[in-house]
Amino acid sequence: MSNDPIHQFHINPIVELPQIPGIDTTFTNASLFMVAGVGVAAAFMSWAMRPAAMVPGRAQVVAETAYGFIHGMVSDTMGAEGVKKFFPLVFTLFLFIFAANMLGMFPYWFATTSQLIVPAAMAIIVFLTVIGVGFAKNGLKFLKLFVPSGVPWYILWFVVIIEIISFFSRPLSHSLRLWANIFAGHLLLKVIAGFVPTMAAAGGLIALGSVIPLAMTVAIYGLEFLVAFLQAYVFAMLTCIYLNDALHPGH
Amino acid sequence: MDAEAAKLIGAGIAAIGMGGAGIGVGIIFGNFLQGALRNPSEAPKQFGNLIFGFAVTEALGIFSLAIALILLYGM
Repeated sequence: MSNDPIHQFHINPIVELPQIPGIDTTFTNASLFMVAGVGVAAAFMSWAMRPAAMVPGRAQVVAETAYGFIHGMVSDTMGAEGVKKFFPLVFTLFLFIFAANMLGMFPYWFATTSQLIVPAAMAIIVFLTVIGVGFAKNGLKFLKLFVPSGVPWYILWFVVIIEIISFFSRPLSHSLRLWANIFAGHLLLKVIAGFVPTMAAAGGLIALGSVIPLAMTVAIYGLEFLVAFLQAYVFAMLTCIYLNDALHPGH
Repeated sequence: MDAEAAKLIGAGIAAIGMGGAGIGVGIIFGNFLQGALRNPSEAPKQFGNLIFGFAVTEALGIFSLAIALILLYGM
């Protein structure tokens, strides 16, 4: 079954940890690559910033660019207050997703973000943070988020319903976007790569044609690197936009 | 109908959704080019918005692709 394109998403247990009743604590390949993602991100940032030189070296430039990139994004959407409160959260999410996506690009390595539960857990953290911080900071004024100003009363009730539905569907679309992009991308790679041996085995002109799916695989592999970065960026960006609602709920 | 055949037809129907994402992405890049050619000096500042809009739109097409692929291989 190794030609089955869905095979790459199978979760295999690696180490059986002591069981807690009701919770499956088995250390799987998904857990391994989550730990690896955190490890790579943390190790790179601390190693690159070790010299903390006035004139940065190559690694330090990369680390400072990543920091400055997210810092700019957070301050553009949320202002100085948002940077103070939420920059660590957004930066952590971005680095973790980016590292996990990039580790998933290695052949035979596991892409953790292709398991829906991983993006879903992160999206729910963001969602609950928005609600918690929104009510803690604004009190009941946070509910103004659902009532846009300047809307005539006869369509206001309808707009409020739409706003509430869209607010509660946020964690869904937030997590599905990351999951579906990584999942479909890796699946597509495997499907198109699977054409190569099939066509080569057919013989004759069709075997010559197997160059086409091979070239496509290489091209899509390149695109997947772009997607890996882009989805981490989009996830962090949406996190900023949602958290901004908690700080400034009025429309 | 045979369950296998229904699965294949369902996957085909799900893939239609990608056409909508194609239209959306085309509109985004087309309008960006239109704006960028009118005012090239401001264009690089909007690159982040461009990519953001692209990713958000493209995700909807990816959703339907994921459904189609799950129907084909995952069930």
